Amino acid sequence: MSTAVDIPRFVRAKQVEALPPPNLARGPVAWIRENLFSGPFNTILTLVVFYLLYVIVPPLVRFLLIDAVWTGTDRAACRADTGGSETGACWAFIWDKINYFIYGSYTISERWRVDMFFALLAIGVVWLLWLRAPRRDLGAVYFFWIFPIVSYVLLTGGNADFGVRFWIGFAIFGALVVALFAFFAALLKTAMRPALIMGGGIVAVIGVTLALIDIDFGLAHVPTSLWGGILVTLLVATVGIVVSLPFGIVLALGRRSKLPIVRMASVIFIEFVRGVPLITVLIMANTMLPLFLPGDMTVDRLLRPLIGTALFASAYMAEVVRGGLQAMPKGQYEGAMSLGLNYPQMMTLIVLPQALRIVIPGIVNTFIGLFKDTSLVAIVGIFDLVKTIEASRIDPNWAAPTIGITGYAFAALFYFVFCFGMSRYSLGVERRLASGQNR
Amino acid sequence: MQTAVSQTSPPQKSFLYDPKVRGIFYQVVLIVGIVYLFYMAATNAIENLQRAKIASGFGFLNNTAGFDISQTLIQFSAAGGTYGDAFIVGLLNTLLVSAIGIFFTTILGFVIGIARLSKNWMVAKVAMVYVEVLRNIPLLVQLLFWYIAVLGALPQPRNSLEMGAGFYLNARGLFMAKPIYGPNISILVAVLLIGLIGTFLYRRWARKQQEQTGRQYPVGKVTLALVLVLPVLTWIVLALVGTNPITFELPRKGTFNLTGGMQILPEFVALLLGLVTYTAAFIAEVVRAGILAVSKGQTEAAGSLGLTPGQTLRLVVIPQAMRVIIPPLTSQYLNLTKNSSLAVAIGYPDLVQVFMGTVLNQTGQAIEVVVITMGVYLTISLVTSFIMNIYNRRVAIVER
Repeated sequence: MSTAVDIPRFVRAKQVEALPPPNLARGPVAWIRENLFSGPFNTILTLVVFYLLYVIVPPLVRFLLIDAVWTGTDRAACRADTGGSETGACWAFIWDKINYFIYGSYTISERWRVDMFFALLAIGVVWLLWLRAPRRDLGAVYFFWIFPIVSYVLLTGGNADFGVRFWIGFAIFGALVVALFAFFAALLKTAMRPALIMGGGIVAVIGVTLALIDIDFGLAHVPTSLWGGILVTLLVATVGIVVSLPFGIVLALGRRSKLPIVRMASVIFIEFVRGVPLITVLIMANTMLPLFLPGDMTVDRLLRPLIGTALFASAYMAEVVRGGLQAMPKGQYEGAMSLGLNYPQMMTLIVLPQALRIVIPGIVNTFIGLFKDTSLVAIVGIFDLVKTIEASRIDPNWAAPTIGITGYAFAALFYFVFCFGMSRYSLGVERRLASGQNR
Repeated sequence: MQTAVSQTSPPQKSFLYDPKVRGIFYQVVLIVGIVYLFYMAATNAIENLQRAKIASGFGFLNNTAGFDISQTLIQFSAAGGTYGDAFIVGLLNTLLVSAIGIFFTTILGFVIGIARLSKNWMVAKVAMVYVEVLRNIPLLVQLLFWYIAVLGALPQPRNSLEMGAGFYLNARGLFMAKPIYGPNISILVAVLLIGLIGTFLYRRWARKQQEQTGRQYPVGKVTLALVLVLPVLTWIVLALVGTNPITFELPRKGTFNLTGGMQILPEFVALLLGLVTYTAAFIAEVVRAGILAVSKGQTEAAGSLGLTPGQTLRLVVIPQAMRVIIPPLTSQYLNLTKNSSLAVAIGYPDLVQVFMGTVLNQTGQAIEVVVITMGVYLTISLVTSFIMNIYNRRVAIVER
């Protein structure tokens, strides 16, 4: 292709022939031709994909549904040598073990308490996530204060039995807190009433919390070593979100603070946690936490990974919240300051409500990650859903070739339903927020 | 501004209202709190360790380990290896699976990400289903699935699956031909190096020529010839002369086991499969977002200049998309490296499994072991983000 004039090659020298007019035909055949067979390359691609689907989908459907064993009481149903079928999934195994997968070894007569916990959790989640729910501020109080206490009492049985001496000590502590607030109010020469209300409020919240844990509701004690299955999976996820959201907000504010030491402490914590794998944090919580406490104190085996996951999730939540804080235009801060609001007022009344609203999708996505990560507690020996499946898989009563694959298929389905649902929700919120921006 | 405020504010107010004083007060409280926490933790730890009679310090790294590791890239034996050697073995295994995983997951992720944007409806939908399914199932479940449900179902060595070309698959892993390097391997490596350097120089020259004259040179063909054809020809010539630089030892099928060749552990295969397929789903989303971030006008402008669709993709869309893709892509690479610690669940001897598992249990020196392991991951993260920041600065849009 040489042209008479020496011009750079990227300029056309000749008129290009006109393309044929676009195909105006409509209907399924035209659609298929346009979307699946629009050229030789596309046709080959479509055929390859069809072949892949042909190889994967029919055997999968046959395994999961058509050839699957739905009823049975022991391994005989899923073994070929005892007259069963072992070409399909052994759903009878899941059905037989379903209570173990949900409750672990939780005392059978007390399992209604776990059901209550599930119901309370569902109420809290719906209240907070349904954008048009009434009084979502009360929902936050419910989810971050009332619900954790009630769940704790329900699941463990409460009745911590602190004793008289503890309460005398608490009374002294409460008096000291109130006195401290009064002292600062006097020092700053401000009104005494709000300071007393604030100090009294803090003492009252802690006192009510402790009292609820202390009171004997007549519930039998269920040690955490018996808890397991979906209960533990949801518990780890719930504790993670209940702790990580407030703590993450504090960390994010710390990272954006003008005070150098506060900022540095937040940055070090966040970057440290984000730089290491969760499993090392869990092993650290498992082995080092007992070392750091006085010798006579022990930490519950279940509490250790709870602390680990909560800290881990906080660092990720902090980065999400920071994104929201950074997206706030500077005028919001300046407007709040020019109205004379102080830092806590500015943050709680002006900035955070807007910032948290725009990062709802990010928070939900972090929660999806947290929910998937809860499966890692199985590695440090906590009986979550994955661990209960691991334990049931080797039960000799159900020794059959398809048991392992069925168990993991069940786990995969459980996690998929939850995570996919949440990701759809977050997409929906994102679209809603975007439509507000577009207008 | 600061002075203006202090002038207008009433002077009789207490200095406690000075934001600077308050800031110092808050920070002092924070420091005291942190120091107190660390002090309590340290004194308790010392007391607890003394009571449990556990040694402290890093001296244990020189003690004999006394356990075997199933996959070692360096010489390691139960009798002679120390805990320090075990640490290096674990670290190398982590780096190995991460490096190979990053290579394959990049390819798979880009293919799926581009497939999600395909005009072919079928391809786009299949890619979407892949991403949604893989992203929403925990990696641990996927790893256990690959390890126990798929690889565990493989036949015993005597009934190994023969895959041709010296590949065998059985419950003990993947067996393949093991290359044995002859004395002439240095010639082959030298030729390959010459080819690579030649390609680099030629590409630079061709680019300069194109920028100056607009004339295009067959870069692709020359690259192929220098990097692939030249070494292969050298190899053939050397083999014909009778000094073959690389010979392959094929695994032989015995009555009960396969002998010879190279064995890849099923744990490694499962971990690699799990990491690659899982991370690819995330990379696909990153790639899709990056390509969508290049505005349609760019493609149309390229088309109106007469570039072919292939050229448009290569010269206009991808260079701009890479800017958006690189930062999240890096964090996916780091995620893959960190997720490789899940090896502990299926028993692949990575850093966490060897060091935080076996060594921690044997020595009981939790603090030292945890600090070293976390330090390794932290270093990897920080070094990677440092390098990526430099790269990012180079490709970032320079605004005038």
